Amino acid sequence: MAKDIFDKPKSGGKSISEVRRTSAVGKVFIYIGLIFWAFINLFPVYWMFTFSLKSNKEIFGENVAGLPKEWLFSNYSSAMRTGSMAKYFLNSTIVAVATILITLIAAIMATYALTRFKWKGRKLLNSIFMLGLTIPIHASLVPIYVILKNINMLNTYWSLILPYSAFSLAMAILISSGFMSEIPKDLDEAAYIDGCGVWGTFIRIIVPLMKPAVATVGIYTFLQCWNELMFANVFINDSAYKTLPVGIQALSGQFTTDWGPIGAALVVATFPTLFVYLFLSGKIQESFIAGAVKG
Amino acid sequence: MKNTFGNKVNIFLFLLPALVLFFGILIAPVILSGYYSFFSWDGMKPIAEAENLGFGNYKELFSSTEGVNAIGFVKAMGNSLLLALLSVFIQLPMSLGLALMLGRGIKGERAFLSIYFMPVLISTVVIGQLWLKIYNPSYGILNVALRGMGLDSLAKTWLGKKETALAACFVPILWQYVGYHMLLMYAGVKSVPTELREAAMLDGATDGQINRFIVIPYIKPILKVSVIFAVTGSLKSFDLIYVLTNGGPFHSTEVPSTLMINMLFLRNRYGMGSAIAVILILTCFAFSLIINAIFKQED
Repeated sequence: MAKDIFDKPKSGGKSISEVRRTSAVGKVFIYIGLIFWAFINLFPVYWMFTFSLKSNKEIFGENVAGLPKEWLFSNYSSAMRTGSMAKYFLNSTIVAVATILITLIAAIMATYALTRFKWKGRKLLNSIFMLGLTIPIHASLVPIYVILKNINMLNTYWSLILPYSAFSLAMAILISSGFMSEIPKDLDEAAYIDGCGVWGTFIRIIVPLMKPAVATVGIYTFLQCWNELMFANVFINDSAYKTLPVGIQALSGQFTTDWGPIGAALVVATFPTLFVYLFLSGKIQESFIAGAVKG
Repeated sequence: MKNTFGNKVNIFLFLLPALVLFFGILIAPVILSGYYSFFSWDGMKPIAEAENLGFGNYKELFSSTEGVNAIGFVKAMGNSLLLALLSVFIQLPMSLGLALMLGRGIKGERAFLSIYFMPVLISTVVIGQLWLKIYNPSYGILNVALRGMGLDSLAKTWLGKKETALAACFVPILWQYVGYHMLLMYAGVKSVPTELREAAMLDGATDGQINRFIVIPYIKPILKVSVIFAVTGSLKSFDLIYVLTNGGPFHSTEVPSTLMINMLFLRNRYGMGSAIAVILILTCFAFSLIINAIFKQED
């Protein structure tokens, strides 16, 4: 269901339902409403971009909402250097990439076993995995924290990568199952007869055909861990390993009265997501719909 | 491919990474949380030496409501339920309205959709920090705008006053997630078969009637998902509240999650923190079941 929503041809013959019978006045009201809400959505983000380039003098009175009169790129260099945003950005990237890789590998392998092999208990195991969709991360915070503390793993990348992967797994399996069921079984049977073996079939046939699933799962997992605060806040207090959300919290304490660098930090943390969204908005929206509608 | 001996071994090997992650990091800790919740434990000494309180932590959570050192769990739960109510009765209708307007096929549909969904992608910490600035009593854009319109009396320390803090926390939550629910509902509206709409139109139904009698009943499964997400999301809310107020002023915006973190790091009460986590999970499950039942009954 999720996939065909955005693929409909844009032009072509209009069906009856697309012929508007709403009065012109009604239409104007609808547009006013839509534009108003779009403005409410965009304005804070616009404001964030502009104050990241302003001095306090402009932000605090001279020029509250306009474009910066003097473009202060030094805000960015203070956020990156004094505020260690460059470090946090790198940490977030490392954690996100590793989480995505682990989640994908574990999920696609498990999906293969769950959908392509016939064995007792696979339905049961699948529903147990799906329980993961409903378990909030709060549920495991205390034990994971205690265990990490006891084995001296707090303040490491792994202390975030492993829990993030575990919590992304259920959704990843759900999405992968949808995509894998669309790959015809004849394909892997043919490959198997040709002597590919189970693993050969998996690596040469299934994995390459799972590219759309990889994109969807990747996007979903990326956003989950790029933005996660609770675990990151509890498990990491060494600034060498802080991710962006925790780092921004630290930075805002450091620059309480100097708004420009804080704005710059917010932009740095947001920019990659919005930049990707600009090009892949349809794909990103699909991955959210796939996650919710199938769940 | 069916009867090879390697089959079972292979199945196990394919499942292994997922099993380790899932049972090691998700299921086992959940069970441990339940176990910890029966102890008075500071997290330092081995749990075997901690005092077993039975349901003591749970009793204390519901009875410790008065006084300076009270835990105030009931109040926190009440706050999160209030957020849930606001989400269901303010946020979701807004999302539905937008989804219905966009779903009919309007010029610029995709652009509007993409703009409305954008806040969902921004980190909640960023949104929290941004709204801290918006709410700033002296220089925040909200008070500046109010003063600019001559409404000086309305300018407030939004997050610093007991009366306004919770509402002020709700606004960014609303702002961020309207687009999320709108997207789900929009997908539903778009999946309504055109024949259904056309048949109703030929019968002379107005747009309002079509929405009321065709589209909304058709997308009920999605509405259910949205209600469940909105309610459980509110019960679990943490990020924005932590950034905006961290439960203050005077615990007026405390929610179970912020309380749980306080139990761990301010009071070293790991057993109590676990008890809060357990209640939170059970409440989320209970509400999912109740909402499912309500939607079933409606059919």
